[in-house]
Amino acid sequence: MTLIIAIRNLLHDKVRLVVTLTGVVFAVVLIAVQSGLFVGFTSATSTVIDHTDADIWICARGMRNFDVTSPLPLEAYYQALTTPGVLEVRRLVVQFANWKKPDGGTESVEVVGFELPSGMGKPWNVVAGSVDYLSLTDTVIIDEVYKGKLGVENLGDSVEIFGHRARVVGFTHGIRSFTTAPYIFCALPIAQTICNLRESKFTYVLVKTSPGVSVETVKRSLLEHVNGVDVFSRAEFSHKTQEYWMFTTGAGLALLIAAALGLVVGVVVVAQTLYATTMDHLGEFGTLRAMGASNGYIHRIIVIQALVSALAGYTLGISISFVIVQFSEKGGASILLPPWLAIGLFAVTLGMCVGASLISINKVTRLDPVMVFKGR
Amino acid sequence: MMAGDDSHMAALPTAGAGLEQALMTRDAVPSISVNGLCKAFGTGQARTVALEQVSLTVHPGELVLLMGPSGSGKTTLLSIMGCILRPDSGQVAIHGEVVTGLSEPELCRVRLSKLGFVFQNYNLFPTLRAVENVMVALDLKGVSMSQARERAAEVMDTVGLGDKLMSLPEDLSGGQKQRLAIARALAGDPEIILADEPTAALDSVNGRLVIGLLRDLARQRGRCVVVVTHDNRIFEFADRIVRIEDGRINISEMNS
Repeated sequence: MTLIIAIRNLLHDKVRLVVTLTGVVFAVVLIAVQSGLFVGFTSATSTVIDHTDADIWICARGMRNFDVTSPLPLEAYYQALTTPGVLEVRRLVVQFANWKKPDGGTESVEVVGFELPSGMGKPWNVVAGSVDYLSLTDTVIIDEVYKGKLGVENLGDSVEIFGHRARVVGFTHGIRSFTTAPYIFCALPIAQTICNLRESKFTYVLVKTSPGVSVETVKRSLLEHVNGVDVFSRAEFSHKTQEYWMFTTGAGLALLIAAALGLVVGVVVVAQTLYATTMDHLGEFGTLRAMGASNGYIHRIIVIQALVSALAGYTLGISISFVIVQFSEKGGASILLPPWLAIGLFAVTLGMCVGASLISINKVTRLDPVMVFKGR
Repeated sequence: MMAGDDSHMAALPTAGAGLEQALMTRDAVPSISVNGLCKAFGTGQARTVALEQVSLTVHPGELVLLMGPSGSGKTTLLSIMGCILRPDSGQVAIHGEVVTGLSEPELCRVRLSKLGFVFQNYNLFPTLRAVENVMVALDLKGVSMSQARERAAEVMDTVGLGDKLMSLPEDLSGGQKQRLAIARALAGDPEIILADEPTAALDSVNGRLVIGLLRDLARQRGRCVVVVTHDNRIFEFADRIVRIEDGRINISEMNS
């Protein structure tokens, strides 16, 4: 019966219901988009690390993130190679460069040069062309989302990076860069040429551990054997990079604050409209109290009203959010709305609406049932 | 016209045995007994005494009218008898159970199990269908939805609203609304019915219908019915008329 009363109360004033739902939808969309951006950006900062099949990353001492680091000396490579527990060692170049567009403008890009035979550091989600074509001279692969930005239309288009000519031999899908400089994948020697690095210079050493040897053990050994470097497991390196970009720079905090603002707006709107609905039906709650209804019975009606509002608002809000996510895939911004975030957001929406109902609950708890004899 | 002539509620099941039993226990356990009640509102200069040393006993099968001018304290007395308002001093017993010192949840239990209320302005739930309004009283007592619907339909039939189950309160006339309110009060089968100005908003025909219903509840089903009223038209239905003035009971007289 409480469900019937709650739903009828909500439907009684349709304009107010629309206002309530608008508030919930607005909050859900705002929180979903901001949280989705946070997740998308966080994922983008470490996407190359997460998609590289290396157990351990060796980098210059004091490195703070994946994108900005200093070159390593060749000794680091050989010292790693002779460390116990190491199965495979590969070099990787990550360096910013200037990309000259056909129309004459320039764009900053981030060159990722990897050793072709191993494939450690190679692009993934290749939707056109092939990674194998990178074995050809002066070839690169870019993400299809940056075609327009980089002035590339088709496979085989010629481009110019730091004055070096190259051909585009593949397009990936969904490899976005947090720094706004698109990733350009190529073979290690080409990357070294483009970035004016000597053949003996590179920025990372990627290590695969031997079967049965723990990553922690190999990490400790590498720290002992390789001079002047920092050593991280893949997870540590990923986390370090994410933390740098999302929190040290304040970018992530801004997104989280915007998401929190969405929550506040949602709470305020829902609290106001639920309170107004409660005030409209105060006489009925007084009558229920006079009839012997417990506080729990009346609270249940209000909480159900809040939950119904949450459910309806969430359904609409998350649907709109998924549409926005679809649109974002066509742009540079990466909004990710994985299932765990959608489920978490549902819990947040329920909490938001139930929390907003506390003011109404407080009001009816203090309700004096004698009001029923005073006329309405 | 005799009160009995207006007995529209022939449909009310005659509970002769109930009345008989009620009359047998009349001297043993009164339905409501208040003793030495005092109640004041406000403090200092603004303090108003609503009740002063009021004592009253009402038995099963009795319809008592509480009458008096506005502000005389009759609604305050009804509220205290209904366990809705606490007295400053004095004692209230419902079926022999002293309720004066009970906690709010315990008072809720007493109201739910022993009391039914009828209000001047009906206090129906405007968003619920007529039958659902009655079902609420049963839901509060934990009756299942299907049983509640069945019982609510029966009670509505009893008060002559069997064809209005699915109507919204706004679609009912004043008299029908008040009969619906009585059906709601009756649904939980309480021993005591407390009514606040139940005929005030009704024309004479509907007023007599409603008071006739309440009278039949007392006479045929042995319920204790206490009615606060200004309405002179319903004197003839009462077993007893209690007149209150300035917070005191002036006269308590049996109605001939």
